[in-house]
Amino acid sequence: MPGLILCTAHIGFADLARQAELTMAQAVFMVGAIWALPGMVVLVGAVLSGAGLLAVAFAVALSSVRLTPMVVALVPELRGPRTRRLTLYLLSHFIAVTSWVIAMETVRKVPRELRTSYYFGLGSILVLVNMVVVAIVYAVAGALPPVAAAALFLLTPMYFLTSLWGSAREQAAHIAMVLGLVLGPLLHLVMPGFDLLGAGLIGGGLAYAIHLLKDRKP
Amino acid sequence: MTLGSIDAWWWPFAFILIAGWAMTYPWRALGVYLGGRIREDAEILVLVRAVATALVAAVIGNLICFPAGPAADTTFALRVIAAAAGFAAYFTIGRRVLLGILVAEAIFSFGFYLGF
Repeated sequence: MPGLILCTAHIGFADLARQAELTMAQAVFMVGAIWALPGMVVLVGAVLSGAGLLAVAFAVALSSVRLTPMVVALVPELRGPRTRRLTLYLLSHFIAVTSWVIAMETVRKVPRELRTSYYFGLGSILVLVNMVVVAIVYAVAGALPPVAAAALFLLTPMYFLTSLWGSAREQAAHIAMVLGLVLGPLLHLVMPGFDLLGAGLIGGGLAYAIHLLKDRKP
Repeated sequence: MTLGSIDAWWWPFAFILIAGWAMTYPWRALGVYLGGRIREDAEILVLVRAVATALVAAVIGNLICFPAGPAADTTFALRVIAAAAGFAAYFTIGRRVLLGILVAEAIFSFGFYLGF
């Protein structure tokens, strides 16, 4: 089900890649190589605006800093007593928003020694399915009725909005989520390019500060 | 150097590898390195999870406020009301993700039909 919604987000990406005059093979290659929708959208957007290699690379790097805290949060939950570090380094390629949200929601129901295998299955299936989806949509895009094309956009935010709330471990995450929702668009208007990172650091930092204050008075 | 500046079949793929993969994967590897040194119940993870959650929430907020494609022609009010109603349905009726999505889509499609 969450994977299904991720597919719809990739439908949007396939359409964007067509507008940027990427070939189908290039678009599919991007899904497998980058596997982070914001980074992919930034890359295509920068290519559309005619940016050079260095500028594109810098924008993609900035949009992907957010992956580090997600990986840091997930790794301790995936790791078993005998998990090799190489396994975790290989698995980390599959970590992006959707598989992270699914894993944070479901991994606690999986026995610890099976968690890395579970996540490998989850991640690799998501990547492969979405490579196929991008190829298919690239081939048939442009035939959707307007209401369906417009309504597709809402699938991704609604999925994240609900499942992110459900996957939260503590109240600080709920506060961080509300702050991020408001700060993201606000910062986007004030300093685009720094919006995601800024909202994460400011929103997350404030939520943690509130968490600390609450802890202090019993 | 741009995506189209070298006329060879392999250049766009090299461009995607350099500007795409090489700019994303190191952040993941850094996460594994740092995450391997932290216990699952460590207090610092509360902060890390809060930052990661706020980041993803910012992506959601931007998608709703500044959509691309055909949805860009709809009003801000319609998108926010549809999303808020969907979340309210999720929140009040048994925390079902699918229900939240369906309610939001129904309201959005109806509003789109009416021309909002």
